[in-house]
Amino acid sequence: MTKNLEISAGKEPEIGTSQIALLENLCNATAVSGDEHEVRQIVIEAIKLVADDLKVDALGNVLATRFGRGENRVRVMLAAHMDEIGFMIVKKHEDGLFEFERIGGIDERQLPGKPVLVGREHLPGVIGAKPIHMTTTEERKKKIDVSAMRIDLGPEIGDKVKPGDRATFATRFTMVGPSIRAKALDDRLGVATLIELFKHAPDNIDLLAAFTVQEEVGLRGARVAAYTFDPDMAIAIDSTPAYDLPHWDDDDENDRYNTRLDAGPAIYVMDRATIPDRRLVNWLVETAAQADIPYQLRQPGGGGTDAGAIHKTRSGIPSVSVSIPSRYAHTAVCIARQEDWANTLRLLHTALSQVTPDLLAGERRD
Amino acid sequence: MIDLLALLKKMLSASGLSGYESPIREIIHEAWEPLTDELTVSKIGSLHGLKKGRGAEPRRRVMISVHMDAIGMMVTTIQDGLLRFTEIGGIDDRILPGQLVTVHGREAFPGVIVQPPAHLLPRSAGDGPVEMKYLFVDLGLDSDTVAEKVRIGDTISFAQEPLELTGEALAGHTLDNRVSVAAATLCLEELQNRHHDWDVWAVASAQEEETLGGALTSPFAIRPDIAIVVDVCFAKGLGSSNWRSLPFGEGVGLGYGPNIHPALYKAFEEKAMKLEIPHQRDLMPKMSGTDAMAIQVVAEGIPCMVLGIPLRYMHTPVETVSLKDIRRAGRLMAAFIADCEEACKDLTPDALDQN
Repeated sequence: MTKNLEISAGKEPEIGTSQIALLENLCNATAVSGDEHEVRQIVIEAIKLVADDLKVDALGNVLATRFGRGENRVRVMLAAHMDEIGFMIVKKHEDGLFEFERIGGIDERQLPGKPVLVGREHLPGVIGAKPIHMTTTEERKKKIDVSAMRIDLGPEIGDKVKPGDRATFATRFTMVGPSIRAKALDDRLGVATLIELFKHAPDNIDLLAAFTVQEEVGLRGARVAAYTFDPDMAIAIDSTPAYDLPHWDDDDENDRYNTRLDAGPAIYVMDRATIPDRRLVNWLVETAAQADIPYQLRQPGGGGTDAGAIHKTRSGIPSVSVSIPSRYAHTAVCIARQEDWANTLRLLHTALSQVTPDLLAGERRD
Repeated sequence: MIDLLALLKKMLSASGLSGYESPIREIIHEAWEPLTDELTVSKIGSLHGLKKGRGAEPRRRVMISVHMDAIGMMVTTIQDGLLRFTEIGGIDDRILPGQLVTVHGREAFPGVIVQPPAHLLPRSAGDGPVEMKYLFVDLGLDSDTVAEKVRIGDTISFAQEPLELTGEALAGHTLDNRVSVAAATLCLEELQNRHHDWDVWAVASAQEEETLGGALTSPFAIRPDIAIVVDVCFAKGLGSSNWRSLPFGEGVGLGYGPNIHPALYKAFEEKAMKLEIPHQRDLMPKMSGTDAMAIQVVAEGIPCMVLGIPLRYMHTPVETVSLKDIRRAGRLMAAFIADCEEACKDLTPDALDQN
């Protein structure tokens, strides 16, 4: 990797070929919750030259700081989780096939017939499925239980794979027209965004970047990262589902789309884990309106981000989440739009460049 | 020497759904060109390769039938830039969500099969396996582009890249039945250096997965004395452990049942034993599920043999095969053909009366 020493704080970040190449590396890496090693290395390599302080904490979070200049700097924590959903090998069976367990929320209907990569060496394997010729009509109406699925790595796998090894979908990153297609866009899009923000940190803030672990299994990294940083405020940068598909019945409108592709960054007003500080929501919305950046309000409802842990850490940390919308999260293939990513980066950078202590002066109010 | 893995990967990269075989046919044409004396295409789209024998005319003829068509899907309607589809060949709906595909519109577009969330489906459809009619293909393109470039009836093929597993195992889509095309190619290569009296007609047949159209028409044109069908058979593995499944990578299946002429079975078994080529009897009590079902009843009837290459996870995009079994099938066929006259001496009605 070249040492780009021309990076200067405050310069406007954008999405170009090098950012896309970085996202590709991030998406193709394996970092199942609990073993985020590969993504951690990519992150450290990407930011170490511009970090004023950089450390890996006890859980594996990468905590990096860039100090601004001048008086009255706001200490802003930005969190993006490095981990992804995936699998752990739990048993080798006598027939040479491996039983596995899901890590994170994965619909078992997404698994039969999928290629996977197992372990740190990315050994290729497949989750097989019974030939249709051997199934009955009744059987095909039932879901296949995960305990009945196996990963097959070929007849001579020997002891190259063992219980405890992690696995991910084998999908490789690709750009398709206006879209990005990859596994783990949740939350490598957030990680890539945070790296760009960190490289272009505005002077008016101390940027406290937390590349967190174990988000998908309980927001564990974010909690300790927030404790360590003790920030004035926090933003979780994540990727949230876009369910912007037609209803099966043409007469019915899809009014539960969560977010839509092409509509810009999704600002959270409420999810299952967080009721964001409305001052932060308004700040983002007003910034977007003033700078003419497209944005959308994520429909209130389920789901959660690192903000769910951060906002309740210490004596409370005003928090909000911003997500890049992506279709088909937690499956082998996610689709997001490059333009939504670019607009998310723009919105966050513009908002952070303008933030002052006044935003959080006084009591929380709506 | 043919690089088997490279040949297979090249064939897997080409589409060729039943009735739409021209992309794969061109690749097979290229592979068979140096190995045959004549290549023609039948009216239904099968590829016929003739490698002439050295016997006195009129020569007898052996036909090798390997179907080249693939299972896949076809666009039924377009809704908000997303494609609904139906199947070509037999596909279990449950393996579809999240699969990579190629949509053959006015150009080839990469896509992914999408399972909509439960709240966008009828109440009864959300929890269990989602039926094909509720699934979509998402091309990642805006709806105007999709409307301009994709039409009802465009084919959709699986696009998962093949994966090399351990022990010379290869996983991918459409190994059914490109592995048998590869075996026939290896056989033709081996015959380059061997004397054979009979004419060899290698047929890459069309439409096996839907209509058996290729297998019904090619033998009528060729009128072979015997036919050897190579197709995949079930390998033991996940959900496939009963008598219908053969151990994986441990030898070619020799089909046994009413589609197969017993004298041909016997001759193949003897040849395999003599050459110490690992093989296993593959019981087909009612029918073989292969081109042999059609070939057997063409014209006055044609004696058939079925060779099976054991395959795991049939009709999924991660079908898995052992390269060893492909080589074995090619070698066994070549050895049999080089010795056809002798091997077929018992091919008489009397053979049907023997046990």
